[in-house]
Amino acid sequence: MPRFIRQNQEKDGIDRRGFLKCMAWAGTGALCVVQGGILKSFTLSALAKEPKMGMQGELSFVQISDSHMGFNKAANPDVVATLQAAVAKINALPEPPAFILHTGDISHLSKPSEFDTVDQVLKEASAKTIFYVPGEHDVLEDDGRQYLERYGKGATGGGWYSFDQKGVHFIGLVNVLNLKAGGLGYLGEEQLKWLEDDVRHLKPSTPIIVFAHIPLWSVYPDWGWGTDDSARALSYLKKFGSVSVLNGHIHQVMQKVEGNVTFHTAMSTAFPQPAPGMAPSPGPMMVPADQLRSVLGIADVKFARGQHTLAVMDSTLASPWRF
Amino acid sequence: MKKHQLRLSMLGITLTALLAIAGGGLVSVVHSEGKSAPGAEIKIDNFSFGPATVTVPAGSVVTWTNHDDVPHVVASEDKSFRSKALDTDDKFAFTFTKPGTYTYYCAIHPKMTAKVVVQ
Repeated sequence: MPRFIRQNQEKDGIDRRGFLKCMAWAGTGALCVVQGGILKSFTLSALAKEPKMGMQGELSFVQISDSHMGFNKAANPDVVATLQAAVAKINALPEPPAFILHTGDISHLSKPSEFDTVDQVLKEASAKTIFYVPGEHDVLEDDGRQYLERYGKGATGGGWYSFDQKGVHFIGLVNVLNLKAGGLGYLGEEQLKWLEDDVRHLKPSTPIIVFAHIPLWSVYPDWGWGTDDSARALSYLKKFGSVSVLNGHIHQVMQKVEGNVTFHTAMSTAFPQPAPGMAPSPGPMMVPADQLRSVLGIADVKFARGQHTLAVMDSTLASPWRF
Repeated sequence: MKKHQLRLSMLGITLTALLAIAGGGLVSVVHSEGKSAPGAEIKIDNFSFGPATVTVPAGSVVTWTNHDDVPHVVASEDKSFRSKALDTDDKFAFTFTKPGTYTYYCAIHPKMTAKVVVQ
C-alpha cells in the first residue's frame, strides 16, 4: 500500500514536511513520486509486488552528474572508482536505460585527459547514448571550445540543444558561460531567444524535460546555487502541462515543485557538498571513508505516458537496487 | 699565464661577475621590503578572497594563492587581467601599473567578488 503523506499542506497543495521525509528516504532507494501535487512514497519491495501501481515507465533514462574527473583531494582520492561504481549501478538496472544524461562538471580542470577518462569509463555503461551539458569546471579556459568539440555536435551557440524521445521534448541548456561578477548561473539573451523559438510550436501536452548544470531555481544564492535569468526561461514553458528540470552542481539531492514544474538536482559521483548554509563554503565535504559511497549516487528516471510528472529515484552508490 | 688559461680565467671572472649582478638583482626583487617592488598577498580560501579590499601603490605586484580544494579563476570586471584556472596552491601574480579601483571576481564562482585599489 502506498503511504500518503498528508501533513502541512499549504495553499499550493505542496506537502513540504512530507517532502523532507520523502527525501530522507531517497538514499535508501525509496521512490518519491509527485502526482497531482501530492507526494506518494513507495518502497521498492511494494512496487515489486504491485507492478500496476502506475510506475510502468515508457521512457527510462539515468541522470548522473559532477564526475569531476581529475579531482584528487581528501574528500575523494579516487573519483575514477566512484564513477565506475556509478556505471555498475546503471548496469545493474533490470533493463538498460534508453540513454544517460550527464548534467555537467564532467572534468575537474577541463583537461583533455580528464574528458578522455570519463569517456572511457562511460563506454562500459549499458546505455550507449549519452547527452551532456557543461558545468563551469568544463569550460575553464577557452569559453567552452574544447567542450563543444567533444560534446557539442549539433548544438547551437554555447552548446544548447534539444531532442525528442518517445514524444518527450528534452532541452539541454548551458548556464555556465559568461558569468557576471557577483552573479549566479547565466543563460543569456541568445540562448533565451533560441529557447523561446524552440518550444513555440510544441503542443501544451508535450512533456518537457530541461537539463542544465546549475540549478534553475534559487536553491541558495549566497553560494551561487541559482540562475539569474532562469525565470525568463521558465516563462516560455508556462503553457506546458508537465515540465521537469534536472540539474547538478550542488552535489546533493534537492527537489521542488512549483506549479507545473518539478525541479530535481542529482548527487555527484565524485564528492558531496554541504547542505545550504551548513558550512562556511560550498566546497568538497569530507565524510568518513566508509560513508563516502552513501553520499554519492545517480538518479533513475522514468516517464510514464499519462503520468503528470517523472518518477525520479535517487540511489546512492552504497545501496543496491532492491527489486 | 698561458693564453688559454688567461682566457679561461677572464671567462670565469666575467661569468662570476654576471652571476653576482643577476643574483643580486634577483635578491632585491624577491625581498619585498617596500623598497624595490611593493606587493600584496591575497588568499583564496573558503570561496572568498582575503583581504576583500587591498590598497596598493601603482607598480605593485599582487599575488593570489588558492587554498581551496577546488580551482578558482581570478578575473577583473574590466577584463584587464584573468588568471588561468588555479588549482590548490597555484598562484597568480599581476602588476598594477595604472591607478584605479579594480573589481574582480572568480570567473567560475562569480559570487566571489573583491577589489584592488591602486593609488
